[in-house]
Amino acid sequence: MSETPGISPLSADDQGPLRVVLAKLGFDGHDRGLKVVARTLRDAGMEVIYLGLRQTTDSIVAACEQEDADVIGLSMHNAGHLTLAPRMVQAVEEAGLGVPVVIGGIVPAEDVTVLIEAGVAAVLGPGASTEEVVAAVRAAVAHQSPAR
Amino acid sequence: MSAPSLDELFESARTGNRRTLGRLLTMVERQDDNAVMVSERAHRDAGQARVIGVTGAPGSGKSTITGRLAAVSGAARPAILAIDPSSPLTGGAILGDRIRMDNNVSSSTFIRSMATRGHAGGLAVAVPDAVRVLDAAGCDPVIVETVGVGQVEVTVAAAADTTVVVVTPGWGDAVQANKAGLLEVADIFVVNKADRPDARGARRDLELMLDLGHRGDWRAPIVLTTATEGEGIDDLWSEIERHTSYLHHSGELIRRRCRRRRSEVADRIELGLRDRALRIIDDQSGESAMVRVERHELSPAAAAEQLLATLIPDNPPEE
Repeated sequence: MSETPGISPLSADDQGPLRVVLAKLGFDGHDRGLKVVARTLRDAGMEVIYLGLRQTTDSIVAACEQEDADVIGLSMHNAGHLTLAPRMVQAVEEAGLGVPVVIGGIVPAEDVTVLIEAGVAAVLGPGASTEEVVAAVRAAVAHQSPAR
Repeated sequence: MSAPSLDELFESARTGNRRTLGRLLTMVERQDDNAVMVSERAHRDAGQARVIGVTGAPGSGKSTITGRLAAVSGAARPAILAIDPSSPLTGGAILGDRIRMDNNVSSSTFIRSMATRGHAGGLAVAVPDAVRVLDAAGCDPVIVETVGVGQVEVTVAAAADTTVVVVTPGWGDAVQANKAGLLEVADIFVVNKADRPDARGARRDLELMLDLGHRGDWRAPIVLTTATEGEGIDDLWSEIERHTSYLHHSGELIRRRCRRRRSEVADRIELGLRDRALRIIDDQSGESAMVRVERHELSPAAAAEQLLATLIPDNPPEE
């Protein structure tokens, strides 16, 4: 028996706004879409930690840990998604974070299945409405940790 | 596997586990049931870190300066607490300070973004708790960055050992400067974007204002920086160190920290009373004062008096 009461801090719980880390991974300068998504998620009551351009899997994992984020959103417009997205999922797994990865941007239809099989929680294309973006983020978090 | 104890969590955070520290910060940020326990436990080990506040107008370069400061401090484990406003309409927030920092800081710097989450009183409690947790986790210095608009934001940044106020050329003359309410809290002034015309003019305005008088025997120095280039940041850090040693020698550090603790107690009481008051107000049953106000039978002033009396009896109960 320990002196202090045990608490379960490493399980996702219930209250407070969702915290979302948004980033562009790798060499990709198109951040306009990501900025729109940041606004959309903020307007849905979420807290968006905006990392912006030229991030690495390491820097995103570090930000997630420090910010205690619930979900990662990556924007991809450089056709690198088949290489980079699975690496992100793997980095999250290796860090033991249990945080879902949502991808937005230009992903050809035939690649979507590949990404989902690689562990990406959702893929949002250019036609996605703001409601769909918000719903996909919420669903990804709910799926990962049903408590929220 | 049983849940880790608080002691284990703090031990893990002390050894540099970012995830544990991140989670502890979430607990105090939410001010949930765990928060008091976490705060209590942090209190035992806290008091070691230098706490530096950085404040100023939006866009003045606070985040860039903060990131650079963490880098030049030469500290093994600096921490940054970057506070941004929540939207009053939706409660959401875009916390974008990290983009201005990431390129400059080393991986040993712990950065946490915090949203104001609507209620001003909450921030006044959550920030000192977050600083306490970072301190107890062995981070030093702890740099708190807030936008210098609004009473609470200024107060939060000023609740530091050393407060740095950032201005830019063309931000206004000395009269504007006095109006902002930022200036009374400054231990050190930074004129950032000093590569712009009239940086000297901004410095002159500040000098003139300081000539009119300042508190105690510390006159706030003025440092010119171009933070994006890293220019002047070493000078700024030296001034911070000079101020730290002034705080120690003059006994001002103890006085400030005492004051800070006292005002935190007051803030916590205010917040607690507010929560309880709101619960009473929500009571819609039968002949409650609130219902009578709505029916126009009771004036708001009289109702508030009545409700206050329920909350705090005039004759405190005897021991």
